[in-house]
Amino acid sequence: MPLENSVGVVVPQRVRFNEPIALRSGASLPSFELVYETYGTLNAARSNAVLICHALSGGHHVAGTYADNPKNVGWWDNLVGPGKPLDTNRFFVVGVNNLGGCYGSTGPISINPDTGKRYGADFPMVTVEDWVAAQARLADHLGIDTWAAVMGGSLGGMQALEWSLQFPERIRHALVIASAPKLSAQNIAFNEVARQAILSDPDFHGGHYAEHGVVPAKGLRLARMIGHITYLSDSQMGEKFGRQLRHGEHKFSYDVDFEVESYLRYQGDKFAGFFDANTYLITTKALDYFDPAYKYDGDLPAALERATANFLVVSFTTDWRFSPARSREIVFALLHNRRHVAYAEIDCDAGHDSFLLDDAHYHAVLRAYLENISI
Amino acid sequence: MNFTPKERERFDFAVIANWIPPGERVLDLGCGDGRLLRYLRETKGVVGYGVEIDHQSVLGCIRNGVDVIQIDIERGLSGFEDRSFNHVVISQALQAMHATERILNEMLRVAEEAVVSFPNFAFRTNREAIAEGHMPVSEDLPYEWYDTPNVRFFTIADFEALCARLGIEIRERLAFDESGRPVIEDPNLNGSLAFYRLGRK
Repeated sequence: MPLENSVGVVVPQRVRFNEPIALRSGASLPSFELVYETYGTLNAARSNAVLICHALSGGHHVAGTYADNPKNVGWWDNLVGPGKPLDTNRFFVVGVNNLGGCYGSTGPISINPDTGKRYGADFPMVTVEDWVAAQARLADHLGIDTWAAVMGGSLGGMQALEWSLQFPERIRHALVIASAPKLSAQNIAFNEVARQAILSDPDFHGGHYAEHGVVPAKGLRLARMIGHITYLSDSQMGEKFGRQLRHGEHKFSYDVDFEVESYLRYQGDKFAGFFDANTYLITTKALDYFDPAYKYDGDLPAALERATANFLVVSFTTDWRFSPARSREIVFALLHNRRHVAYAEIDCDAGHDSFLLDDAHYHAVLRAYLENISI
Repeated sequence: MNFTPKERERFDFAVIANWIPPGERVLDLGCGDGRLLRYLRETKGVVGYGVEIDHQSVLGCIRNGVDVIQIDIERGLSGFEDRSFNHVVISQALQAMHATERILNEMLRVAEEAVVSFPNFAFRTNREAIAEGHMPVSEDLPYEWYDTPNVRFFTIADFEALCARLGIEIRERLAFDESGRPVIEDPNLNGSLAFYRLGRK
């Protein structure tokens, strides 16, 4: 099935870094690999590169399809392609699976060279700062001194923000979408419930489930179900499912009565079938720990002083997980530092997940901003 | 001779730009698609930010490469720090907002000086329309009563009384008739559009 304006069939690539990487936790990895994909062509001036950072469950497969699996369409395919808002006729776009991920980059399911077994729970915790440091190695490998833009939604937006702090001279534009400068207590609480679901699964085995030939699917499924509730808005859930009954009547059982239950179970099962529980745990901790103002006594404007990039900050009115107020914190901290920033608050019904959709106005905003980036 | 819309816009911009020294930091409330800020950037080299609530206007700003912040001015400017701008402008938008007093006070909190322009409801032809029993529709009040975005109808005299009550100093006032001629005599009767430079005493 040919997709309109698709980058077409893509092939993931892999790069190995043999220089050790010191992690924020104090641990280090002697070497690591990252898998990534690229779309479009890096220009001679190497000035048209855009990095896309993924959120909790995303990866390097941002756009296009695979020859052996045409149905596996990249997670941000509606945004990235020839003629699309992030136009691959103009930009060289890079998608990367983060360190600690489970799609091919070095992570808990990789073999630990010290033991010859999977890392499992022994894989060190990685943070947003560590991810960005690893992504910088990839930029070096690709010959990209400076990104025209780094962009992402949710946790991906945090990485774009972190790029502007860790490597201010290597990023010209940061697009921070449906994101936040740090998690709220409520956000952390949701993550903690998701983690407890995994940690208390009898199949978890302290994170070394692979050695037991099992996966903590029940816990992972529950974690994903909780996540999905927070990704959608109340109104959209109401619109999508309402109180629709699966069997047209109350069954007085714990099987699916209401359609929303069926939806959550389906999403949970699907996710538990392919995602690694240790990666999920690590990623939620990375979310919890992200707080650039932590070292500045909670003073976000002080923390963002180093950022020199131009910013586009986007939020969605019905996103209660990372509400518009959270985005405004970033905006006003940038304003305090007299940085260039545009902020759009998009009316979209779909809650936190809106950033993945192709809402016409949202995409028009991204297109307009990206078109003005000089290359 | 009346202005074309474009000439009229340029005229308004020129009046405002005349009060903005080069290189200043300017905040434009209700900035539309950012045209005034772009004009001020090109003619005065200002560093400008716009505030706008309308989605299409925000998109217009981004297209124009203007820094815009999409928030509702009616809810105040609490994210903006005290005196973080040299000038704050509200160009023919104050009459479309409910929280008049709060907005004026907020403007003079976030900037050293405010520039305000608005259509004078007491302009002669407006009075004549009322005398004939109809709501005025004019060059500077171009909407019919049933589709107007304006929610506050006030005059030069009313505005100055409010400034006095809020302790706002009127540093300069300019009034123009519908052809853009400056009005000196009885501006509340002869002025169609008013421009103010405001500060704190």
